[in-house]
Amino acid sequence: MPDQGRRGRKRGDHVTSRELRPEALPNPHSETPAEPPPPISPPKEFTAMPFASDAARFALSRRQALMGASALVLAPRALRAEPRRGGTLTIVLSSEPTSLVAATTVVTPSLSVSGKVTEGLLQYDFDLNPQPELATEWSVSADGLHYVFKLRPGVKWHDGRDFTSADVAFSLLLLKQVHPRGRSTFANLAEVATPDPLTAELRLSRPAPYLIKALASSETPILPKHIYEGTDAAANPNNAAPIGTGPFLFKEWARGSHVIYERNPNYWDSAKPYLDRLVVRFIPDPAARSAAFETGQADLGYRTPVAMADVERLRRVADLRFETKGNSYSFNVTKLEFNLDNEYFRNPKVRQAIAHTIDRAQIARIAFFGNAEPCASPIAPGLRAFHDPAPSPYGYDLAQAEKLLDEAGFRRGANRIRFRVPLDFNPVLDEGRRVADIVRATLGRIGIAVDVRAQDTGSFVRRVYTERDFAFTVNGLSNLFDPTVGVQRTYWSKNFIRGVPFSNCTNYSNPEVDRLLETAAVENDAARRAELFREFQRIVAVEVPDINICSPTFLTIYNKRAHGHSLTANGIEASLADAYVDA
Amino acid sequence: MSVALRTGQALRRTAIQAVPTMLGIIVLCFLLLQLMPGDVADVLAGESGAATAESLEAIRSRAGLDQPLLVQLGQYLWNVAHFDFGQSTRFGTPVSQLILERLPNTLVLMLTALGLALGLGILTGSVMAVYAGRWPDRVLQLVVLFFYSTPGFWIGLMAIVLFSVQLGWLPSGGSQTIGAELTGLAALLDRLPYLVLPALAMASFFIAVYARLTRAALLEVLRQDYLRTAVAKGLPPFVIYTRHALRNALIPVTTVAGMHLGNLLGGAVVVETVFSWPGMGRLALEAVAGRDFNVLLGVLLLSSFLVIVTNVAVDLLHAWLDPRTEAS
Repeated sequence: MPDQGRRGRKRGDHVTSRELRPEALPNPHSETPAEPPPPISPPKEFTAMPFASDAARFALSRRQALMGASALVLAPRALRAEPRRGGTLTIVLSSEPTSLVAATTVVTPSLSVSGKVTEGLLQYDFDLNPQPELATEWSVSADGLHYVFKLRPGVKWHDGRDFTSADVAFSLLLLKQVHPRGRSTFANLAEVATPDPLTAELRLSRPAPYLIKALASSETPILPKHIYEGTDAAANPNNAAPIGTGPFLFKEWARGSHVIYERNPNYWDSAKPYLDRLVVRFIPDPAARSAAFETGQADLGYRTPVAMADVERLRRVADLRFETKGNSYSFNVTKLEFNLDNEYFRNPKVRQAIAHTIDRAQIARIAFFGNAEPCASPIAPGLRAFHDPAPSPYGYDLAQAEKLLDEAGFRRGANRIRFRVPLDFNPVLDEGRRVADIVRATLGRIGIAVDVRAQDTGSFVRRVYTERDFAFTVNGLSNLFDPTVGVQRTYWSKNFIRGVPFSNCTNYSNPEVDRLLETAAVENDAARRAELFREFQRIVAVEVPDINICSPTFLTIYNKRAHGHSLTANGIEASLADAYVDA
Repeated sequence: MSVALRTGQALRRTAIQAVPTMLGIIVLCFLLLQLMPGDVADVLAGESGAATAESLEAIRSRAGLDQPLLVQLGQYLWNVAHFDFGQSTRFGTPVSQLILERLPNTLVLMLTALGLALGLGILTGSVMAVYAGRWPDRVLQLVVLFFYSTPGFWIGLMAIVLFSVQLGWLPSGGSQTIGAELTGLAALLDRLPYLVLPALAMASFFIAVYARLTRAALLEVLRQDYLRTAVAKGLPPFVIYTRHALRNALIPVTTVAGMHLGNLLGGAVVVETVFSWPGMGRLALEAVAGRDFNVLLGVLLLSSFLVIVTNVAVDLLHAWLDPRTEAS
């Protein structure tokens, strides 16, 4: 499923005056609990998060650029052959980017290609711990209001100009204006100071604990100031023929067919990239994508690049390999969302009754062909620091569901039907139709007649978010890299905004949930922040403004000749400087 | 009447008809498109799952969607009158550039498919008529019935499974070897294998249509008196069939083929999608799904223009095939 849920919530004037007490921060390390080291884990001293520190005002991470970078790359290679220089890697996407720079748009295919040319300050390991990219060192003050980034020296734009802190300052402030999520991600960013060409200092008006995870190239691309300054960023020709600092030079965009990138011989990481050429093909038809993998015309695709129904067949193709890593920059949760203004669904007993009919394991097996993890929480299991693994308080129990509906006053009438409602599914989801059909069949058994309605993306978005002409939907929510960014938006009552997609379309409003979300958005203490989100999950699990069903397991499919592509949290969306192919 | 005069007349007649036709198409399409739920900003936000009220407003204002409907229509017509087809809101690129990049691909595919359909269809139809009632006719009728009743995209998918996935003879999609940077004959030869399957998939239905039409028309013609005369004169059968019979039998085929050019544009949508062919049909489909109406109107405008041009060409062809046509 593409990240139709990658949406920002609006933040700003809502934060309560609750005081932050940075000196009371006990957690020495990170929001991410100590995990077993990831397979590409850098040396031990690098596994701790570099910023939040105990008592110290600044805890500068002394992460050496080259060490960090080479550790990230060389560790897994030690076991296998040296990367081969040369060759072409072909990536397949299901649709065409609208722009080759993910600055004014975040449609998935644009995110897929942007990082090849346009890099970010940081990249992330599988557990979202920051790693150096354009920034070599960084620190966050204990009060979470002051960030310092030391930039990599000797980096040049593809047109030969020097990359400096002025580009960083310009980009962050531009993205705050024009990026679809920038207005919320950088809402608290007050100013960016550039004391010298290789230092950028961010000053925030309020803490933004998720900000350090938002600096990947696909999310926060660092743009050339001399190209974008004084122009309309959305119409800048650079979006269709980009220059950046990245390992690949843009060569050609054949509309409707492909984009070609060539090796940047002057890349700052001098041995890389290993590939001579990177081809990104757009193949809209799912069957044609499967054929492209089978015939070897495609080497690599991510976020389950083929129809889920085809995965089992492709698993038997000798040359193909499957990978789940490198899809952790954005986990999704597929859910049923109720319109709480609907005459039936405003009644909590009806929602509880429906929650009692959801057999998550069955849906994961049938609708997702097993490629999903049952998940009763809006926060995906992948965000381990925040996810509450507790099962739904309303277990699978059809008898109990019928009892609740009787109690709610919706008794079986003519034809043993209690009432009839339409169900819309988000067409972007591969599994949307199948989940809707399963829900229709199960609800039929407890006397609720469901009419499944199909429509295209434009119609669905207009119907649900502008016209609110719906009863309930099968929808997906992208958690992104943090629940404040990815989850808050659908539960926060101040984000009930008609006409804005992926806002709070249920019209759920609970002052306690609002308080928890708003507090968590500015809470510097990782443990306390996780606890706030746990409490939030407990409340919404009981009140069921929506029913969370499964978190799809995104698969990266690749030909066995392709290597070195799924090394970071955003895997294929990263620069691919480390990717190489067998001859 | 001289050929030049006849051609000039046809062209003038067409020009007079074309302008109001195209104007009508634009206005009708423009108004119909307003009935579609959702706009370009909705789709972009839906696909990216990210929007704020401000970013949506910026997209709408750039697309001019915040203007009253009639102002939008007037503006569009004014621009088209100056050969400015506007910007694609989705891609931020001029529509004319998007279309012109794809037009050659579609034309190549369409013309190859039409050529294949006509060639194979007329050939098959002739064989069927010559052997009418005997076993070659029976067998070919079965084959033709299969192509007639099977959708082209399914034939395309099956051809991919057989020739690309199983046998590995032909590429499964695309229009050329990406990044090969060939020119001249080498480029042409490179494109050929990519063209075979989509052109056949697109032509399959039309091969069947033309075969049946040719067979029927030829059987009709073969009963005419002048053919008995030709046989009595002792002309060789090949000359009788090609020069005397087929030429007259071709009138219905060319008429239908002319009308089919519009259908081919429509059929191109499906075939181009199945074979990842970067043509105009897919552009139109994606423009509908993306509510990128400037692009869609541009494609429709160009398609209607192509259909009109084809009609002229068919008229002229008829006049050449059968000089009596022009008199009526």
